[in-house]
Amino acid sequence: MQRIEGVSKLVGRERYVDDLDLGEHLWGATVRSPVPRGRVTDLRFSAEVDWSEFTIVVHTDVPGDNTVFLLEADQPVLVAEEIRHIHEPIVLLAHPSRDAVRRAAKQVDVGVDPADPYFDFRAAPTAGQLQRGDDNVLKRLEINKGDVGAALAAAAHVVEGVYETGAQEHVYLETQGMVAWVEDGVVCIKGSMQCPYYVAKAAERALGLDREHLRVMHAPTGGGFGGKEEFPSIIAIHTALLAMKSGQTVKMIYERTEDMAATTKRHPSRVRHRTGLDGDGCLLAQDIEVILDGGAYQTLSPVVLSRAIIHAAGPYTCDNVRIVGKAMLTNSVPYGAFRGFGAPQSQFANERHMDVVAGRLSLDPVEFRRRNLIKDGDCTATGQVIDDGTDRVGVMELALARADYFDRRAEHRNFNAQHAYLRRGLGLATFFHGAGFTGAGEVHLASRVMVAGLPDGRVEVLTSSTEMGQGSRTVLTQIAAQRLGYAPVDIVIVDPDTHRVPDSGPTVASRTSMVVGRILDDACAALRQRLGDAELRGDALRAAIAAWHRENPGGRLSAEASYRPPPGVQWDEENYRGEAYGAFAWAAYVAEVEVDLRTYTVRCIGFRAVQEIGRVLNETLARGQIQGGVVQGIGWALLEECMLHEGAMVNNQLTNYVIPTSADVPPIDVIFLENPYEEGALGAKGIGELPLDGPAPALANAVADALGVEPNVIPMTPERMMDLIEGTATHD
Amino acid sequence: MTDSRIEISFTLNRRPVTLRVDPRSRLLDLLRYDLGLPGTKEGCGEGECGACTVHLDGVPVNSCLVPAWQVRDRAVLTIEDTAEAAVERMLDAGTTQCGACTPGVVMTARWLEANPRLLERFSARHLMAGNLCRCTGYDGIIDGIEIPVPDREEA
Repeated sequence: MQRIEGVSKLVGRERYVDDLDLGEHLWGATVRSPVPRGRVTDLRFSAEVDWSEFTIVVHTDVPGDNTVFLLEADQPVLVAEEIRHIHEPIVLLAHPSRDAVRRAAKQVDVGVDPADPYFDFRAAPTAGQLQRGDDNVLKRLEINKGDVGAALAAAAHVVEGVYETGAQEHVYLETQGMVAWVEDGVVCIKGSMQCPYYVAKAAERALGLDREHLRVMHAPTGGGFGGKEEFPSIIAIHTALLAMKSGQTVKMIYERTEDMAATTKRHPSRVRHRTGLDGDGCLLAQDIEVILDGGAYQTLSPVVLSRAIIHAAGPYTCDNVRIVGKAMLTNSVPYGAFRGFGAPQSQFANERHMDVVAGRLSLDPVEFRRRNLIKDGDCTATGQVIDDGTDRVGVMELALARADYFDRRAEHRNFNAQHAYLRRGLGLATFFHGAGFTGAGEVHLASRVMVAGLPDGRVEVLTSSTEMGQGSRTVLTQIAAQRLGYAPVDIVIVDPDTHRVPDSGPTVASRTSMVVGRILDDACAALRQRLGDAELRGDALRAAIAAWHRENPGGRLSAEASYRPPPGVQWDEENYRGEAYGAFAWAAYVAEVEVDLRTYTVRCIGFRAVQEIGRVLNETLARGQIQGGVVQGIGWALLEECMLHEGAMVNNQLTNYVIPTSADVPPIDVIFLENPYEEGALGAKGIGELPLDGPAPALANAVADALGVEPNVIPMTPERMMDLIEGTATHD
Repeated sequence: MTDSRIEISFTLNRRPVTLRVDPRSRLLDLLRYDLGLPGTKEGCGEGECGACTVHLDGVPVNSCLVPAWQVRDRAVLTIEDTAEAAVERMLDAGTTQCGACTPGVVMTARWLEANPRLLERFSARHLMAGNLCRCTGYDGIIDGIEIPVPDREEA
């Protein structure tokens, strides 16, 4: 099936938030903190501006709690006194002219009494930098399996390594944007977002409104990648505050520079490994420490840390595992959700480390993985028994075959021996990604989906799942059409609107097809039940729906279903033991690189991505998810460096924050293996985030293969490569 | 207050237009906010991403970098000029995901398709490098372009 809104996007008809025809309205802008830590002493409004033309909002204008509620109420809507990071919002302005409001925002001076900021999450804070407890640890989590200490003591080999990853900016092509207005006493918010109910819950609390007086609507969203998971709550509340104070419709659209400087990024990480092996190269013990920079507020860091540690030991069999995770509170702009959600960081470290371990043991990395990849009947670090029947070694062997791995490597040896300045290499990564919320998360979400039969026989699907490019509209249409025996054109996906659709949970965690799709499947069954015949499909169903409406004029023929946990899934949140995810997708990626010793540039010249994802629901969309994710991963590994100064990105432009162009990447060869997952919609497992986990370690392993160096820090920019190759230390 | 705006005439999507423009305004804003053609998107505002690509006298330009008055007596073609039938191949190839870069991508692709000899000298991957996309990884974009000559792209 073709993408439902595809033509509309291809001919420029899709209307994003900045494209909406609002008539007369105001433009909003934000005045932000000039320092990373301190106290606001005064606000000075320049005499050169006629402020009577402006709507001005400060923290005392927040009618409810001055907090952007998510996990913890620690982040203010607007700074009252204490500044915890640079670019923190302090004053909001609105004016009919976009240019005037943007100019005026620069005419408000924030007076500050500065304090000592804490930036390097890898080092302990000094006494003057303490801001949480006695160590600035925001969240600490631990996984324990077996006896790591005893196993390390008894191991034939112990191999250690330290691995670091940098921040990454989402670069959704549409920046953050929101409009708000007040209509019949209801505050209405519409904009670019992944999770309308997250926005609604945060806005209700900050604006002091109940659900009936706050309505949140999703506008077509130009990319999210996690960057529109929690952040939109902030801009939504800001826009609503300006609309409530001015009584007019207000639009806030961040400029690219503001978006890059002031919004969330992928968490920087440092991971330490200490690994014990027996004489045959089999894993005996994995001792792992994962540290994340959480930034200045909690946002979703505890949950990102959770996913990071659960994936940190990789898809391997090992009886003794200890994983300690810490997220640090610093004075950097808060880090937040980004596609992969901690797993790319911890699996970069683990997959890179597995090659380092194989090298120390003089084992081929492929042979090392053949011996250690998890087999059915073995259990993960949390004690989850894997028995899905997927041949994980087979997934790897297929990737190697697609890459012509052994022959190509021999060719590269020859090439490298002869070429004056180019060096080629191949690298492998084998990894996994758990789809859906972790542990009991889906049970707590208790997601709901509604379907309704319309008088003309068509069926409406009501969910809060948002289309942001990943194809959820199309896939949900396909699922409903297939279950009801309908043509896709007779399925109507309702635009997410908190006054119309039930809460199906957030559009995150690779959960929409697998989890929400499954609930939709149940809702379709409930609709047939309501009509008294569980077998009704196609024309018979249409006729039954039309007949119901003739008998119940003006009635609503709806049916609803809620999340049902897969049988046998137990999670012990206290001890981090049990079934962390209903299902894992399994993958093996092979990257081929060419390093130029003159410029220290690493180019990816070939990429193979093999994954087992349950069932492919839509080949074009699924392939697009993998290819796009892989290229984001290539960018993170090779090009994308957030240059941080005072805790914020200073290369906050697309001119000097470089994401891959079409000329920077090769075609991405994508192969799907199918092993249907019974509890997923039509057998599907989640795939949205999986492709972020593999590219970085595969590329680093390929660079190691090409040069015989150990690239354990990404991004592998020319500066870092020069230090690695020449033994210099110009780059931190 | 004196009106500092300049009156200009140009051809917009094959029709003549005459209007007054602020000398500081960008072609992008003129199209989006004054002429009701919001199909053209702003991605970065500094000519890096290509989301705002339109054709000026048949050549793709970043409309965020073009002062509106410079289109005087010239021909501007925007995404709104694109026929549905012309995007069928792109629809099947997965050229669009979130759609924010898409209008710019389509306008550059239309330029390539109108000038196929370019593809004899350069690969589609190089010719499309002025349009950033964060969703597709570019295979869907390259596959969506009708390439009439053997693509000399290297593996």
